[in-house]
Amino acid sequence: MFSFEQLKETDPTLTFERVDVTGDECAILPRERMLDVAKRLKHEFGFLQMMDVLGSAQREKKGGFEVTYNLRNHVTKQRIFLKVRCDERDPHVPSLYSVWEGCNWHEREAYDMYGVIFDNHPDLRRMYMPEDFEYHPLRKDFPLMGIPGSIPLPHHEDADPRFDVANRGE
Amino acid sequence: MALIDEEVLLEQPTFQEVPPRQRILEALMSKDTTVSRDEDSLENEMVLNMGPQHPATHGVLRVLLRLDGETVVSAETELGYLHRGYEKLAENMTYHEYIPHTDRLDYISPIANNVGYVLAVEKLMKIELPRRAQYTRVICCELARISSHLLALGALAMDIGALTVFVWALREREKLYDIFDVLTGVRFTVSYMRIGGMAQDIGEDAIRMLNAFLEGLPDAMKDIGSMLNKNRIFLERTSGIGIMPQDEALDLGWTGPNLRASGLAVDLRRDNPYLVYNELDFDVITRTESDVLARYWCRFYEIAESAKIIRQALDKLPKGDYFARDVKKVLPRKSQVYSKMEDLINDFMLVNFGQSTPVGEAYHGIEAAKGELGWYLVSNGSGFPWRSKIRSPSFNSLQGLSRLLEGAMISDVVAIIGSIDPIMGEADK
Repeated sequence: MFSFEQLKETDPTLTFERVDVTGDECAILPRERMLDVAKRLKHEFGFLQMMDVLGSAQREKKGGFEVTYNLRNHVTKQRIFLKVRCDERDPHVPSLYSVWEGCNWHEREAYDMYGVIFDNHPDLRRMYMPEDFEYHPLRKDFPLMGIPGSIPLPHHEDADPRFDVANRGE
Repeated sequence: MALIDEEVLLEQPTFQEVPPRQRILEALMSKDTTVSRDEDSLENEMVLNMGPQHPATHGVLRVLLRLDGETVVSAETELGYLHRGYEKLAENMTYHEYIPHTDRLDYISPIANNVGYVLAVEKLMKIELPRRAQYTRVICCELARISSHLLALGALAMDIGALTVFVWALREREKLYDIFDVLTGVRFTVSYMRIGGMAQDIGEDAIRMLNAFLEGLPDAMKDIGSMLNKNRIFLERTSGIGIMPQDEALDLGWTGPNLRASGLAVDLRRDNPYLVYNELDFDVITRTESDVLARYWCRFYEIAESAKIIRQALDKLPKGDYFARDVKKVLPRKSQVYSKMEDLINDFMLVNFGQSTPVGEAYHGIEAAKGELGWYLVSNGSGFPWRSKIRSPSFNSLQGLSRLLEGAMISDVVAIIGSIDPIMGEADK
């Protein structure tokens, strides 16, 4: 079974922090080492499939984000998680699109929801929200009820202003 | 002094100033393609907007097609028309309150979503489940799989033009809904699961109906098969189109019947058995052709495997509790809430403030009808989750759609969409 300590055998300079994800291996890696570790995980250790990418707000630090990659090796039937952290003022993490093509939409989703910018992503557009939406809705400072007026609602020229949905909330 | 600065007027819009609705078009036009076109492609190339309101897109899926005559040169998929923000909602309610919302993800097989979610919560809270509950959950998951696959087959056939199969498939699903009605009290959005068990025990009536359904299922499948399996029109419309090679399917994160149709026997029920799947005997169906027809075959034969699992689970169904006895985490029974003070207080605290969860993270994935459905839960120790991420199989399947459509004929587009069986409720969250 793979353990993150195995990465250190050939690469003693690598530093990481282990995280406990009930029953599965997980480690936080430094941003600049993300890409080469991901390549090694895929080609040396057989983590051929990238299942999911999730953005998240850090629990300990206000304004911090973390991105978790959910990887799976179908031969050893093992699942591991790879984490990388960044800050609200510098929300850049490397895109792993060049390693697993499936990262494309998942990274777009994390960008849409948290505003984390994936460097070298080929097509970093919003995934779910409208293109001209200004906020990142899963951030902890975004209110649950939304921000009135942030999404332009359908508007009709001849509509009675009293019943026009676009005028509500302003 | 002029009122309007002339330089401002002359300024050309840069890339950033492109109106937002044009960006998807730009993505489409700048896409690499392997389709070779006629030399005068400018003469006959056009962009077709398909959806979000299109009957063959299985919901509100929008596909932008770049066409050269009848051939799709490239395609761009856009999601988000059914985005309801279930991950944001999850962060603002207790773990129990969220269960009805999971029904609305994959609304074709709601009971499997319930199971996927509560298993993740139970892993986080370290709740041991009694065996009767585990067997009942296996039965529920497999019923959901049959229900989902029946609709997938019917809808694929309907997209191609065989309306009868759709009606026959829905007739069988109607029987399943009757079973859900007796088993859970609700026909459609069931919310049957609770953290640490189920809302109610599986009753004698439900078991009798299940047995009757399983008895009639082979005949119904034979009927459906007789309409399609040797039907020359169906076979010619579906074979050889929408081919997804194995390595690309892996790379895109495909799971479930879509991946198994590309020749990889990957099934969480067998690979990482959860519940009691390791005690049950079933086969993992694979095909190697990786086209639309292969995905149809996978679903067709998986229905029989699911029926096999349910029969075994019904035979082995043990007696005993159907919920874990853990007063701090599992909701008390309603009969006790109305008669005992402690249970009333307990119920009040659990419903209003949620369980006290350990600080930590947990992921659990199940093999749902469309692939791996999982929840990644992060808890900061309060009754509300800090983060609840849904890993939905349809999202990944749709990611491969533009690749499948490349080079296809425009009449094949609906067949290809039907074959990957996307559910927008799940893909859009």
